[in-house]
Amino acid sequence: MKPPGRPLFLARRNYSARRATDAARLLPLVGLFLFLMPLLWQADGGARSLTGQLIYIFGLWALLILGAFLLTKRLSRAADGQDAAAGRPVSTGGSDDQL
Amino acid sequence: MISFDVLVAVCLAYVVLLFIVAFIAERRAGKGQIGWLRSPLIYTLSLSVYCTAWTFYGAVGYAARSGLEFVTIYLGPTLMLVGWWWALRKLVRIGKTQRITSIADLISSRYGKSNLLGVLVTLMAVIGTTPYIALQLQSVTLSFSVFSTANSRGWDLPDQNATALWVAAGLALFTVLFGTRNLDANERHHGVVTAIALEAVVKLVALLTVGIFVVWGVAGGIGEMAERIAASPIAETAFRPGRWVGLMAISAMAIIALPRMFQVLVVENADEHHLATASWAFPLYLFLMSLFVVPIAVIGLSTQPAGSNPDFFVLSVPLSHGREGIAMLSFLGGFSSATSMVIVAAIALSTMVSNHIVMPLWLSWQSKGAASVSGDVRNLVLRSRRFSIAGVLALGYFYFRITGGSEALAKIGLISFTGVAQVMPALLGGIFWRGATRRGAAVGLVLGFVVWAYTLFLPSFGPDAIMSAALLSEGPFGIGWLRPEALFGVGGMDPLVHAMFWSLSLNAFAFFALSLTGFPSPLERLQGAQFVNVFEHSAAARGWTQGAAEAEDLLVMSQRILGPDEAQQLFHQAAEKQGKKSFLPDTTPDFLAHLERELSGSVGGATAHAMIGQIVGRSSVSVEDLMAVADETAQMLEYSNQLEAKSEELSRTARQLREANDKLTELSIQKDTFLSQVSHELRTPMTSIRAFSEILMEGGSEMSPEELTRYSGIIHEEAIRLTRLLDDLLDLSVMENGQVTINAQDGNLRSLLDRAVAATGSLDGRGRIRILRDKMHEDVALYTDTDRLSQVFINLITNAQKYCDASVPELRIRARRSGGMVAIDFIDNGSGIPEKSQAVIFEKFARLSDRNSAGSAGLGLAICREIMARLGGDISYLPGQGGAAFRVTLPVAEAAKAAE
Amino acid sequence: MGRNVLLIEDEPNIIEAIRFILSRDGWSVMTHSDGRNAYQAVCQRKPDLVILDVMLPGRSGFDILQDIRADEALAGVPVLMLTAKGQSKDRDMAGLLGASKFMTKPFSNAEVLAAVRELAGS
Repeated sequence: MKPPGRPLFLARRNYSARRATDAARLLPLVGLFLFLMPLLWQADGGARSLTGQLIYIFGLWALLILGAFLLTKRLSRAADGQDAAAGRPVSTGGSDDQL
Repeated sequence: MISFDVLVAVCLAYVVLLFIVAFIAERRAGKGQIGWLRSPLIYTLSLSVYCTAWTFYGAVGYAARSGLEFVTIYLGPTLMLVGWWWALRKLVRIGKTQRITSIADLISSRYGKSNLLGVLVTLMAVIGTTPYIALQLQSVTLSFSVFSTANSRGWDLPDQNATALWVAAGLALFTVLFGTRNLDANERHHGVVTAIALEAVVKLVALLTVGIFVVWGVAGGIGEMAERIAASPIAETAFRPGRWVGLMAISAMAIIALPRMFQVLVVENADEHHLATASWAFPLYLFLMSLFVVPIAVIGLSTQPAGSNPDFFVLSVPLSHGREGIAMLSFLGGFSSATSMVIVAAIALSTMVSNHIVMPLWLSWQSKGAASVSGDVRNLVLRSRRFSIAGVLALGYFYFRITGGSEALAKIGLISFTGVAQVMPALLGGIFWRGATRRGAAVGLVLGFVVWAYTLFLPSFGPDAIMSAALLSEGPFGIGWLRPEALFGVGGMDPLVHAMFWSLSLNAFAFFALSLTGFPSPLERLQGAQFVNVFEHSAAARGWTQGAAEAEDLLVMSQRILGPDEAQQLFHQAAEKQGKKSFLPDTTPDFLAHLERELSGSVGGATAHAMIGQIVGRSSVSVEDLMAVADETAQMLEYSNQLEAKSEELSRTARQLREANDKLTELSIQKDTFLSQVSHELRTPMTSIRAFSEILMEGGSEMSPEELTRYSGIIHEEAIRLTRLLDDLLDLSVMENGQVTINAQDGNLRSLLDRAVAATGSLDGRGRIRILRDKMHEDVALYTDTDRLSQVFINLITNAQKYCDASVPELRIRARRSGGMVAIDFIDNGSGIPEKSQAVIFEKFARLSDRNSAGSAGLGLAICREIMARLGGDISYLPGQGGAAFRVTLPVAEAAKAAE
Repeated sequence: MGRNVLLIEDEPNIIEAIRFILSRDGWSVMTHSDGRNAYQAVCQRKPDLVILDVMLPGRSGFDILQDIRADEALAGVPVLMLTAKGQSKDRDMAGLLGASKFMTKPFSNAEVLAAVRELAGS
């Protein structure tokens, strides 16, 4: 009898679905880190122009939105694929949902 | 010039439009034409209640005063939504599975359906939100006044209070009409949400229009705008790191903890997939809302007269440039922001107040037991919600009347954020940590709230308003380290960051400390497991044990809450599921849990639990019950593991059975063939014997002596053939049944071969076949059944004698050792065995031709194979040797002994 | 009616026995013992009666019988089938393929003789 538990290695599709959720968890942390960059500017005393700051913040913001958009597409594709493969009803949850 | 009447008329027209939109949406939903009403787009737009009038007007003012800092209020929610996979997804799933009706319900349900917590959170929400509602009323009235002052001829602004009252009353009417049409909060308010979505679009379009007008209409393009920004006093504002981080954190929390946000984000969520869309679409909305804030602020500062309120640049800038249309649109945007916030907040608060304060009070009023079966609960709940809505708006209005126009109200946005953020430790702890307890949550909440009120809320009214100036500067009773804005002697911090830091850290500390030291009640543990592991088992575990509850009483109660039709349908379905035909299902734990969840969608978890408890006669699970549930889960797991093992075993058995069946079928065919072959082999010699014995009997006297000898010789020969056949059959049968005993003894291959050659009469070339041997290599010590081995050798030599068709028949015997085995080859110089027959020669009765067939039944090689298998060796046909060639392999003495 | 019998059989002792029995009764007995070309032997020798064993080297007696019955020139030749297997399904098979008579070994000499006479006379 096969011992219950998670498989050690995954098929390509499941693997990429896992990595998509990893990315979904990582993205806000990256965003947070970059949004905290103004603290460093403050620390180095260098005065940056308001327009420069505006461009940084809004540019970063736009990139974050784009990242979230692409990731959502990938996640839903992965979730659908996984569900189709596993033959169970569609949910956004995978097996590793416990945070 | 826009007169006050025109403004009012536009407002009224807009409100009528909202009513119509909400009405149509309700109608469509009522007809089941949900369609786009539940699209991800509507969901995302409804989240925009985050952007209130405080945002719409205030963001520009904020930017004018503090530069880029305003953006943190939007960055926090952006990060929270982009990181939806962490918390929001779980929250939405919990909201669905537990039928959560409000944030108070979530906290209350999580901590063992505690009504105390429900009341606490409700009170905090009301205290935190009422000023916020007042702020919205103020912004609407103030926006009127902006038009008034901008008007060159000037019109007297009617009583501001009257304006606010009318606005509050209108909103109350709208909210009551569309917010309390149905009872079940999970059925969602389609009309409200659709109207909110429309308002979201108006807000966005208005702000973008003003922004575009400012950049291209006033500044004259992006390049000029950038220059003006660089030259603006805003560029000089100091960067405040503490507030940058603190505001981002607090606004990230607010997106969950604000009652109205929880309402649209979790309660009104129709589909979890919508959250995925909102995760990028709502940040995009916020992005667009903030895009032109700095330009508008910059232009406002440079074009508006000194001392004008930067909070209303959005209105005053277009007005001063004579763009009344844009100003009007902008006015509507601000109006939308204010009204949408008030409507949703009122719904959220009224649900909380009704479920956690009014209903429990009513329940405890009723005489015990009778509560659930008398009086129309449904109407009561709806009425209590309606009164709550009116009450909340009235509170907001009175708050506005009392503090109207003061600085305090303008600052209330972030103060309110910090107040509602106090639920975060209990909320996040509750959904990620099973160890969180009710005691910890309650004490943390109260402590955080008290610290918030003491350090931020009360001082915000200004010195000598509520707190005396002395208290503010010296601390209570002159205790310096208790000064509200420098707690524990930590001065010099921004008051907001200071309050945020102390309230949240003391809150979290108390929450964790008490959770770690306390022991939760069984129901808390049950609920905790359900919340934390919501993705593992979405179905609710049972909180009830089989009780003596009367299904009929439950039905009567449910009818009063859910309405007769729905309640009957629910009971009927449950009964059908149990295989019963009636309307009354057995009151199994499963059914009770299901019913409770349905009811909690209407009256909240705690109330539903209490109501069922009154009928079932037991309001909470015992430790034994909990253990039973846990045991059951473990048993289920064990059982499912066993089932898995069983099913594996079964399929294995089935496979084995199939194989066995195939084998049996094959064996049966083999047996048939075998019997028919035996019959043939027996009958053939019998035929000759019978024929010749009859011949002899009939005419023996007339025959010549030669004939007599010849015929009796045939009879004799055939009789021997019969005997030998029977011997072989017996031998083979014994061997195949494994009944043969192997008498292993030491022997030498050479002497064994000598014996076999002698037995076949081929010694010294005297026989029909010449035997060539390689005696040197034959000197191999064996430990085996030498008699049986000789039998194999004799058989092989005999076969060669019989079947070698060379003119000068020769048989070469050669032995070769390799490893622990010795291989003995018997190779003749005949034509050999055709390839297709090589596979069958070891089968029984595999006689290949009729040549010299007399005396052979075709069992010899079959017997040899059996013998060799018993001796731990093998016999096989060796192709490509120029004649028939057989190889016998068997272990040498050492190997054979070692194997024993 | 001639008295030529073709015996197709592979056991030498049985051939000898049947030859003896039939010769004594005045039959001329030809023999053939290979299944592969037994049909050609029947065609060539044109016997008045064929005695056919079922188990023959190279080719089954049933196949040979089928060939004989398929040949119109040999349609009238009676065939006596012999078998040592003695299973009823062999008998049915022989009947189906058109054997004139079927006998199971071992048989008594009188039986063979009677059968041959009956077939030749018919």
